[in-house]
Amino acid sequence: MSVIETPPETSAPEKTRLRDRQVVWIAAVLAALLAVFSILRPTSFATSFNLLNLVSDAAILLLLATGMTYVIITAGIDLSVGGVLVFSAVAATKLMDATGSLLLGAATAVLTGLAWGLLNGFLIAKGRIPALIVTLGTLGMSLGGALLLTGGVDLRAPGDLNLGLGLARWLGVPVIAWICAAITAVLGVTLARTRFGRHTYAIGSNAKAARRGGVAVNRHLIKVYGLAGLLAGLAGYLSLAKYGITGVSAHSTDNLQAIAAVVIGGTSLFGGVGTVVGTVIGVFIPVVLQNGFQILGVRPFWQQVVVGAVLVAAVYVDQWQRGRRDQ
Amino acid sequence: MSAPLLEARGIVKSYGHVEALRGADFALLPGEVVALIGDNGAGKSTLVNILSGAERPDAGEIVVDGEPVEFGSVEEARDTGIETVYQDLALCADLSPAANFFLGRELLHKGLRGRLGLLDNAAMRARTREACETLGVRLKSQSAPVSTLSGGQRQGVAVARAVTWARRVVFMDEPTAALGVVQTQQVLELIRRVRDSGVAVVLVSHNMQDVKAVSDRVEVLRLGRRVARFETARVSMEDLVGAMTGAIEQATEEAVSGQGAEQASGQAIEQAEGQAAEQATGQPEIPR
Repeated sequence: MSVIETPPETSAPEKTRLRDRQVVWIAAVLAALLAVFSILRPTSFATSFNLLNLVSDAAILLLLATGMTYVIITAGIDLSVGGVLVFSAVAATKLMDATGSLLLGAATAVLTGLAWGLLNGFLIAKGRIPALIVTLGTLGMSLGGALLLTGGVDLRAPGDLNLGLGLARWLGVPVIAWICAAITAVLGVTLARTRFGRHTYAIGSNAKAARRGGVAVNRHLIKVYGLAGLLAGLAGYLSLAKYGITGVSAHSTDNLQAIAAVVIGGTSLFGGVGTVVGTVIGVFIPVVLQNGFQILGVRPFWQQVVVGAVLVAAVYVDQWQRGRRDQ
Repeated sequence: MSAPLLEARGIVKSYGHVEALRGADFALLPGEVVALIGDNGAGKSTLVNILSGAERPDAGEIVVDGEPVEFGSVEEARDTGIETVYQDLALCADLSPAANFFLGRELLHKGLRGRLGLLDNAAMRARTREACETLGVRLKSQSAPVSTLSGGQRQGVAVARAVTWARRVVFMDEPTAALGVVQTQQVLELIRRVRDSGVAVVLVSHNMQDVKAVSDRVEVLRLGRRVARFETARVSMEDLVGAMTGAIEQATEEAVSGQGAEQASGQAIEQAEGQAAEQATGQPEIPR
């Protein structure tokens, strides 16, 4: 039937939505933190050297958190990212040691991560096992697997990688940070503006309705977890370049850091709501806190306490908003 | 009398020990509004789920335009032009009306941007606004999520969505249950407009006023079988309620006499079978 046959009109920008305002709030918090630390220690905090440090620290976590944003928007969770990161780094190191090719190493890391992610997605979508359990299981498997492969001793990255990509800069900013920023930007646009992103929101908002609307829910979930795994694999390669070692025991809390960043950034653990922009801010808030505390001479352990409290508060606000909405 | 647009014959569906449908029949002619009524547990929802592809029958036949079909999924039913407005509306509360309207059928930009999967939100908003205005659903903002809409507005969005995409049949499961008086009138008016445009409507409803107001015919389900068919103009409210509860046994013959003797006698047989089934299962025949 021909109820709607008019040519599309370009509509004016609509009113800012509640959730957009929430991102603005978090951005304001980050700006306030930066301002306070800058005023308190203008000679040490607000230097370009220190700010570059901030960006560099945040870059790799940003990749994990961006993948986590997609996963959490589908109302899922991925606890395995740290383990997948380490396993991918170990696999890449082994291959680079054997072949001497850095490029093959990168491909190995990315494909290994993708494989773990697809395994997660398959078990969650087809096996109907809760994401929490599946990814907790693959976290154990990947971390354990990495320890088996290395015998528990950290492997060293090839010098070419550590001294090359690990130190390379472009316009004064580490190349690793550029890579992470570019990927995050692309994935941010993908989430906000493409069909893939739209289906991601739809599944998290109402999976049954999405299925009835013709969205291939299971396939999409597998893709989303695959993406998160792929990003964790790439993060493994980049952290290998940056730190020069596989870090088998250094990534056990990566999942919590990524989840905290995503949730602080306004993404709802109940799914359907969230933005990559918010996640970027959510990644920087803990990093800035840690850095600022160090410079102020506050014991840096406070950062963990503060981030934990902020995380709980963020979820509380989200739940309160939902409760009000559903009345 | 023309050939049925959609017909179900002898549909059987059980859930474990519960027999939801025991050989139910149903027929829908082109361009008519048929009300499907029955008491709670009569099998209305199950029948709608089967005819809209959401569930598969254990036995029986579905015929669309004279061709037997099997719906393996909702998509297959949709491909034949059958849309459903579910009682829970099947809306994503966090998405905008336009995003819900085009869920699974998103419009992409033309050219390179489209190949990258970029959504043409402006076009989707415009077409959604158009469809909603046709229905009389007024939305303050096209980008505010559905969760901010009133119950009536949500219903309006869901109905407008189904109507926009349907080519043959729209099933509406209790479309006015959550609505106020004005919005109910709007939905009923929309149902008439849909029929006038050539799409048949199956209205599942408890509300006899709505049924009387908008339908051309009524089919009554009771205990998993069709027990009566009426022409709406010739039937009284008491007869409808009586047929639903089983209090009135022989009302149909008179009611359908305009449709030809052959059909009327067919229904008498159906009725007898219905009673036999009731007696077999020992169901009490107390009007509720």
